[in-house]
Amino acid sequence: MNFDQARFSREDVYEPLLSEKDSTTVEVDADGVLPDDLTRDELTLPGLSEPQLARHYTRLSQMNYSVELGPYPLGSCTMKYNPSFTEDVAADPNAGVHPDRSDRTIQGTLGLLHGLQEYLADIGGMDAVTLQPPAGAAGEFTGILIAKAYHEARDDDRSEIIIPASAHGTNFASAAMAGYDVVELPSDEEGRVDIEALEAAISEETAALMLTNPNTLGLFERDIVEISEMVHDAGGLLYYDGANFNALLGRARPGDMGFDIMHYNVHKTFATPHGGGGPGAGPVGVVDELAEYLPSPMVRETAHGYEQYEPESTIGKVHGFAGNWLVLVKAYAYIARLGDAGLADASAKAVLNANYLASQIDLEVPYGPFHHEFAATSGDRDAADVAKRMLDYGVHPPTTKWPELVSQAMLTEPTEVEDKASLDDLAHAFNAAYADSDEALETAPSKTSARRIDQVSAARNPRLSWQSLDDSE
Amino acid sequence: MFEIPDDRKYLESHEWTTTDGDTVRVGISDFAQDELGDVVFVELPAEGDEVAAGDEFGVVESIKAVSDLYAPVSGTVVAVNEELFDAPELVNDDPYGDGWMLELEPSDTDEFEALLSPEEYREQTE
Repeated sequence: MNFDQARFSREDVYEPLLSEKDSTTVEVDADGVLPDDLTRDELTLPGLSEPQLARHYTRLSQMNYSVELGPYPLGSCTMKYNPSFTEDVAADPNAGVHPDRSDRTIQGTLGLLHGLQEYLADIGGMDAVTLQPPAGAAGEFTGILIAKAYHEARDDDRSEIIIPASAHGTNFASAAMAGYDVVELPSDEEGRVDIEALEAAISEETAALMLTNPNTLGLFERDIVEISEMVHDAGGLLYYDGANFNALLGRARPGDMGFDIMHYNVHKTFATPHGGGGPGAGPVGVVDELAEYLPSPMVRETAHGYEQYEPESTIGKVHGFAGNWLVLVKAYAYIARLGDAGLADASAKAVLNANYLASQIDLEVPYGPFHHEFAATSGDRDAADVAKRMLDYGVHPPTTKWPELVSQAMLTEPTEVEDKASLDDLAHAFNAAYADSDEALETAPSKTSARRIDQVSAARNPRLSWQSLDDSE
Repeated sequence: MFEIPDDRKYLESHEWTTTDGDTVRVGISDFAQDELGDVVFVELPAEGDEVAAGDEFGVVESIKAVSDLYAPVSGTVVAVNEELFDAPELVNDDPYGDGWMLELEPSDTDEFEALLSPEEYREQTE
């Protein structure tokens, strides 16, 4: 495959900003519309025709790489293609309701929220679900606040949260933000939770253990039932980070493994857009015993229809109203369309694709067997260089140098949406980049619209501005 | 082979420290700067702050990682290397000289004796 990303007009120059293409001064007649001190007589606006504008945005999109162009195997991120029908559903004018309307006038809206609460509870093996948190990390924080409220209600002043070293950085941040001390747990030789180390770490100070299963190496924590008993025997709670739930969807449920609290990354598992800052959603499920602490409002079904209510000992609000409603609409639509069989099929293909791709690459994959993602190592070659070179072969590279358990890690998650041909393209890019000369790697990428970025200069002398900057400055 | 000067003591966490009797100077080792790669940012405490031996006193950030800095001894901060704020590359270029980070007035000079000798630190990095 020969790849050259679109670049326009001049070497190494981006499509100009609209304001650089044209700035026409438009006279404005706003007399009498607004007070004089709030108006201007002239505005500088790009005076472009519609085709000029359409071409501008099309060119920008061609200079970009997206999951609509090819595979995007960023490990742990689950960059799968989101079906566009969910956008249609969310764009339906009927979805646009004011959040302050009375419950009896928005029964359809509340019915959908209630339906999603039930769907997610069922899929995760939880008893109650809040849809309010606006992102996965916000869900973690909400879950830990619930754990804290639970312990405090028992006058149990626990101070520690245990987190495996391989966990996502957000786990440590969520625990610390909630006021806990973090106890970091090493991995055993197979890349899983070290049971002896866990035994030593658990004490009457343990408020909770946060666990991702399968973990960030794509490995299933086989000892989860034993781990669950150990934590519960010490009076602690078990928290499930839903980042890798895609691997278990429709096949295994965190609730059945003994988890008490979990968050769902709906942007990974249920194909809502990756927020990149928002809006997103990170619903949190809990077992019965913790339901009274969930954020307010929740939705329940009564003999007279759906109504919103405040859980008895709620931790309060973690976001406005019901959360990011339209994101929740998309998650609901995706689950409803796939159904039980479709969800189970998604996890099967996610695991199959990861294992097929791993079997086709020349790089060593030190741990396994794995689920939906794998951590290959580029050995004595720099993982970031190999990744940048992969761009030249027309694919997005995997996550590099994380988790730190694997040196020069290339954490790869093809997701369930790729077919064999695109997995073969990915394998080709891996193998060709890995076999290229040092010079090719050190200067890569050479075929993309943006060439190799000088990361050191960018970090030492950041120039942050919405305006274009003169390079001679 | 990394440079490990004989005129100072070291921490397992790769800080070095020298003393002239009244104050101690602190930085990170040649090994540490090489592991980190290009340093892009250094965060240090203010003069007058108190630090305790083994506690974090600042942060060093490279394009690869963000790492905490640990104090070798307890004491009061009497000087910080403000040049690092504009030129963090000094940590890479001259880790034992111009890349120094902190000067402390120690509250307990015995703590200095408990640190790693150059030989002990060399064994750790090999």
